[in-house]
Amino acid sequence: MITLSGVYKAFGSNQVLNGVDLSIARGESMVIIGGSGTGKSVMLKSVLGLVTPDRGTITLDGQDVLKQERDAFLARFGMLFQGAALFDSMPVWENVAFRLLRGSLKRPRSEAREVAVEKLRRVGLGPQVADLFPAELSGGMQKRVGLARAIAAGPEIIFFDEPTTGLDPIMSGVINELIREIVTEMGATAMTITHDMTSVRAIADKVAMLHGGIVRWTGTVAEMDATSDPYVQQFIHGRAEGPIPSVR
Amino acid sequence: MNMAAGSWLAGFLAGVLGGLGRPVLGLLATIGRVTLFALEAVSHIFRPPFYWREFGQAVMQIGWYSLPVVGMTAIFTGGALALQIYAGGNRFGAEAVVPQIVAIGMARELGPVLGGLMVAARVASSIAAEIGTMKVTEQIDALTTLSTNPMKYLTVPRLLAATLTLPVLVGIGDSIGIMGGWLVGVTRLDFNSATYLKNTVDFLQVWDVGSGLVKGAVFGFIVALMGCWHGMNSGRGAQGVGAATKSAVVSASVLILAANYLLTEVFFSA
Ligand SMILES: Nc1ncnc2c1ncn2[C@@H]1O[C@H](COP(=O)(O)OP(=O)(O)O)[C@@H](O)[C@H]1O
Ligand SMILES: [Mg+2]
Repeated sequence: MITLSGVYKAFGSNQVLNGVDLSIARGESMVIIGGSGTGKSVMLKSVLGLVTPDRGTITLDGQDVLKQERDAFLARFGMLFQGAALFDSMPVWENVAFRLLRGSLKRPRSEAREVAVEKLRRVGLGPQVADLFPAELSGGMQKRVGLARAIAAGPEIIFFDEPTTGLDPIMSGVINELIREIVTEMGATAMTITHDMTSVRAIADKVAMLHGGIVRWTGTVAEMDATSDPYVQQFIHGRAEGPIPSVR
Repeated sequence: MNMAAGSWLAGFLAGVLGGLGRPVLGLLATIGRVTLFALEAVSHIFRPPFYWREFGQAVMQIGWYSLPVVGMTAIFTGGALALQIYAGGNRFGAEAVVPQIVAIGMARELGPVLGGLMVAARVASSIAAEIGTMKVTEQIDALTTLSTNPMKYLTVPRLLAATLTLPVLVGIGDSIGIMGGWLVGVTRLDFNSATYLKNTVDFLQVWDVGSGLVKGAVFGFIVALMGCWHGMNSGRGAQGVGAATKSAVVSASVLILAANYLLTEVFFSA
């Protein structure tokens, strides 16, 4: 159970989050939509403590995220970064198995490699990719390696920052199914940022729309289709006209 | 002096002091932050986990691959030194001191300083560029979310590797530099080979070499610290990484020269 209440964050004079309130129940798949640059990534990062909010509180299971024991706290999470953020000094499989090669989850290299190859298969990448370096992969492949790394250690809570951006429609379908599976089979809590309405429909239990530094709207996919909220309507139908300015 | 002139003077002084004060305060703040960063890094050395694999890679990158550049620098410097000392000594009939002065010059000063500066150019830049790129591509954030402390994983191995390998590089550089002097002495200045070497060995004291090795360790620490600090604090984008790299090399070089003067005062002023 994750809750954000009254979260503010500014970078210099750029007020990004302006009092965000949101809660995500355990085992729920929450999808965050909103225009580019509205602070969706900053919001995810503040839950992980990578960005410290100026004001407001974020709790996980009722406890302030900034006051928890960092290692134990982070061990519960997996995160796919918007730019994949793979370590380019090591081959793909070591990226995926990063957590399994060091720290409390450490296991023998051969075993870690097997897990990595299996996770790569789940994101649609064959074993021949395992020994390549991230720089040798296309953007979409890097994204999928990042996804494999995020799920490798079986986290309870997973954040996906634009998981299907840059993928072809078939791969997007594979990834959407995978995310859905992780939530239903493994019972994980997921928070996904996406611009892709097909993804929203495929993976969301609930949808939240971030605009103007606040969560403007939350509801289920059915409620999203039915709502008369002009911001949501403009966004999901991709209209140039509406309350959201097209020059930002 | 009337009131108006007095207040004008006060305003002028305040302006000058304020103008001077802000950069000075900024500098002090930066020194404070760098010091805290260094202390935090050092404290992590003694707290597990320790990343041996990364340490091994850093030893190779910083120590092993710097050997050619340090060796080349040393051999040419030793040779040039021999020629200059011969020419200078000649003016008062003291050209026989070439072996001794080359040895002491290399071991106490030129070995550590030139070695440090060459490593600063090679290593501070590459550390800053690598860590800076990791910062701007969110790899540092990714490390954190994978329960790995970037300080332990990135900074500690590099800091330790540089501090431990630079004295070795300096020792090798000293030997090669002395060899360069010997080569020039024997081939160009008509020294007897055995006498040249005997004079060198008899003359050098343990502390001549030891002080240079200690300097090497300090310079190694400075190089890695500047590389890591500027990388970790890199601005955004390619431009941020470029600026971080430049600052790492410049600050490491200046700090090496300043530290060299201070250490020389401490070790040899009597
Ligand atoms: N580390 C940072 N420093 C300064 N500004 C930042 C930083 N991270 C994000 N921003 C700014 O915050 C705003 C929101 O960014 P982001 O959360 O990445 O948007 P998006 O909703 O597209 O994910 C942008 O204007 C961005 O420039
Ligand atoms: Mg984003």
